[in-house]
Amino acid sequence: MKFVKKASGIALAAMLAAGLTAGCGGGGGEKKAADAGKEIVVGVNAELTGNVANYGKSMLSGFELAVEEANKAGGVDGKQIKVVTADNKSEPSESGNAATKLVTQNKVVAVIGPATSGCVAAEEPVLTANKIPLIAPCATAPGITLQKDGKTKPFVFRACFIDPYQGDIMAQFAAKDLKVKKAAILHDSSSDYSKGLAEVFTKVFTANGGQITTDEAFLAKDVDFKASLTKIKATNPEAIYVPGYYEEVSKVIKQAREIGLTCPMLGSDGWDSPKLVEVAGKEACNNGFFTNAYTAEDKDPVVQKFVKAYQGKFNKVPDVFAMQGYNAGLILFNAIKTAKTTDGTKLAEAIAKTKDLQVANGKLTYDEKHNPITTALVLELKDGKMTLNKKIGG
Amino acid sequence: MNKVRMFDLKALIASAVVFAILQGLMAAEIIGPFWELNLVLICINIILASSLNMINGFTGQFSIGHAGFLAVGAYMGAVMTVKLGFSFPLAIIAGTIAAGILGFLIGLPTLRLDGDYLAIATLGLGEIIRICILNIEYVGGASGLMGIPRMTNFVITFWLMIAVLFFIKNFKNSAHGRACLAIRENEIAADTMGIDTTKYKVMAFTLGASFAGTAGVLFSHYFFIAHPASFTFMRSFDILTMVVLGGLGSLTGSITGAILLTFISAALADFPEWRMIIYSLAMIILMLYRPQGLFGNKELSEKVFSSLKGGKNNG
Repeated sequence: MKFVKKASGIALAAMLAAGLTAGCGGGGGEKKAADAGKEIVVGVNAELTGNVANYGKSMLSGFELAVEEANKAGGVDGKQIKVVTADNKSEPSESGNAATKLVTQNKVVAVIGPATSGCVAAEEPVLTANKIPLIAPCATAPGITLQKDGKTKPFVFRACFIDPYQGDIMAQFAAKDLKVKKAAILHDSSSDYSKGLAEVFTKVFTANGGQITTDEAFLAKDVDFKASLTKIKATNPEAIYVPGYYEEVSKVIKQAREIGLTCPMLGSDGWDSPKLVEVAGKEACNNGFFTNAYTAEDKDPVVQKFVKAYQGKFNKVPDVFAMQGYNAGLILFNAIKTAKTTDGTKLAEAIAKTKDLQVANGKLTYDEKHNPITTALVLELKDGKMTLNKKIGG
Repeated sequence: MNKVRMFDLKALIASAVVFAILQGLMAAEIIGPFWELNLVLICINIILASSLNMINGFTGQFSIGHAGFLAVGAYMGAVMTVKLGFSFPLAIIAGTIAAGILGFLIGLPTLRLDGDYLAIATLGLGEIIRICILNIEYVGGASGLMGIPRMTNFVITFWLMIAVLFFIKNFKNSAHGRACLAIRENEIAADTMGIDTTKYKVMAFTLGASFAGTAGVLFSHYFFIAHPASFTFMRSFDILTMVVLGGLGSLTGSITGAILLTFISAALADFPEWRMIIYSLAMIILMLYRPQGLFGNKELSEKVFSSLKGGKNNG
């Protein structure tokens, strides 16, 4: 027993020592980065642990693929790309912490990530103060690229469409393609993403001659939606818009079909997960439509090339976060090539000038608010499969 | 000069020396911005851990809703500076008072519960505060309150921490503090001795909550953002872990726990995949072999050092 105590004491001490040396290791990296003329150090601030870790991990793998391809092709501007990752635990304050580490200890020239808007907002002041450009692959909140006075933040970019854009597309799709006159909304009141989409949908849908019968709300992690759904059913809608994440949406769809709501269910890119069909059931998902930036089912050769390359490296089908992480890499490398420097201010200017760049899901151009004008898709769920129904832009 | 004053003076000089060394290292840029940030985080965590220790360690009430008070302070402070345009010191005072008032109002009914029931009530309370903030559009709702200026710096944080620590130490040694300790040891006996147990429990709870509010104001003004995701019950557990690791009832234990855990988390930032594993392994081993925490309810002081040398003293 005494031996065990001693051994575990040594183990504990060893672990603490490991922590200490790890801290010192960071200092060593600093020196290396300073005299590096042959490589470009890029930081990734990602959600590697915590409740949205799957987004961050996918984004990171997508970016790693872009880096690998660029390095194989002889590097960017003749230099090899080196990736340094930092974990933000899916928490905004940790995100600022991680960004500080990347900028001051690893001396990165640009930061990719984080995946979620809250973490990006927390990281942004650190990067702006140090004049380091930031590309957030999948942060959809409109506010993150804008200052309080409405001007564009010079160092912040995103590689995905913004929330209002999706709501707009779905509202037009409902009014024009599905020819729906009366729609109901069921949104998640604990998520600004969902609230924002519901707002835009209402505006665009009514502008197109439609009518919103009712707007019900639920909270994230709710499991029973029958009360709201019964209310919705009483208003006789021809379609229901459920912007939200797959966890709740899958249950909403299942319960809607159970109480006999057979009308089309419309949604947003938060639906994009195999779990949706798994929980709701194949049949319940029929007649479901949602907006997304990309699908691996897209037969476009450009998309298929990316899907194959990703499968070759990671042995799984890339999701939309992986695609956006990959795109962020392409945008950054293209900007380094055209700017021929890694100076933060010049690099940011070069990113802003990106025009018709070939990315994994089509062509990409930045508008003056640093939002990309890029492809949007409407996907239909058929027998548990996501099939492409309509492609817009790109 | 009596013994207590002598001790205070020594402690104050010691903290001034530590402050001077750290400040010097920062000026010489041996401590970079990343570690400076973590030093501030350590100070904030010490305030949080020691204030929770007042409730959990000294008074023996098991509260796990500290993140809620942290959130109240963070948001109150941010509203004061961002929305109403008051100065930072006023924001600190307002955040402290707001969290204190809330602690008082909530403490009155809930502190009649004990043990598991109090734990559940405070856990629920922390979540209620977070959900409320989530639904108040005025403070940004789910997207958080952005655009908070960075007004917290190492100097303010460090001296505020020292002030809080001195307050808690003196509280513990005062008549009120002794009453709290008596409640911890045996509530019925304390009651029989004529101690108004509810009063002292609420007092400790209110003070603990208000210091968490102070920490909250410092926190939101350092990280530019107050976001509901930073104040989940995981955060409460983080603080509780620091207290339990250091030893319930030991102020120096709370300080050590906060420093150790924040440091481990920061030092392992280069190995994101391993961070959580090493962190939890360290916790498990410690709890297996020192379930009472590093220091138990003893204080790390000169006495301990002399007992290590001479061995005559028993702590």
